Amino acid sequence: MMIIAAQILLGLALLACTWRAWRGPAAEDRVLALDTLYVNAMLLVVTFGIRNSTSLFFEAALVMGLLGFVTTAALAKFLLRGEVIE
Amino acid sequence: MSEAASLLVLCGAVIAFGGSLGLVRLKTFFERVHPATMATTLGAALILGGSMLQLGSLHELLIGAFITATTPISYILLVAAARRRRAP
Repeated sequence: MMIIAAQILLGLALLACTWRAWRGPAAEDRVLALDTLYVNAMLLVVTFGIRNSTSLFFEAALVMGLLGFVTTAALAKFLLRGEVIE
Repeated sequence: MSEAASLLVLCGAVIAFGGSLGLVRLKTFFERVHPATMATTLGAALILGGSMLQLGSLHELLIGAFITATTPISYILLVAAARRRRAP
């Protein structure tokens, strides 16, 4: 029961991040919201793994965390310099 | 389902939700960076701790160490980009 409440809270957090990524006045706001969205989705996958008592979801969560960091670093580098690899 | 694990997960979810709500409520970009860091470090640490307690595995330390090491890097890059773009 508490896990389901936690999942509902994480879903509301996803909605809040989506709203900020939609409405963000600057590009940095959108990138920040996208990074938080990635981490919240990763935590949601981890809670699904807890509910099913399996460690199958662990690899998915690990890949999501890794991809989130790469995405945010590339987008921030693009905003900083105007190109990703120079 | 042990009670301690579900309590940890619920606390982590509350903190993650609070951080995302701060992303909506606060006014400027430099204020909005703070709740995002709270959501991605403390919330993730609590939920991963609950997962470790429930599943009895140490795999989640990998995700926790990765998140803790990479979140400051990406946010420092983002704030540097914001300062560069807002400079007169």
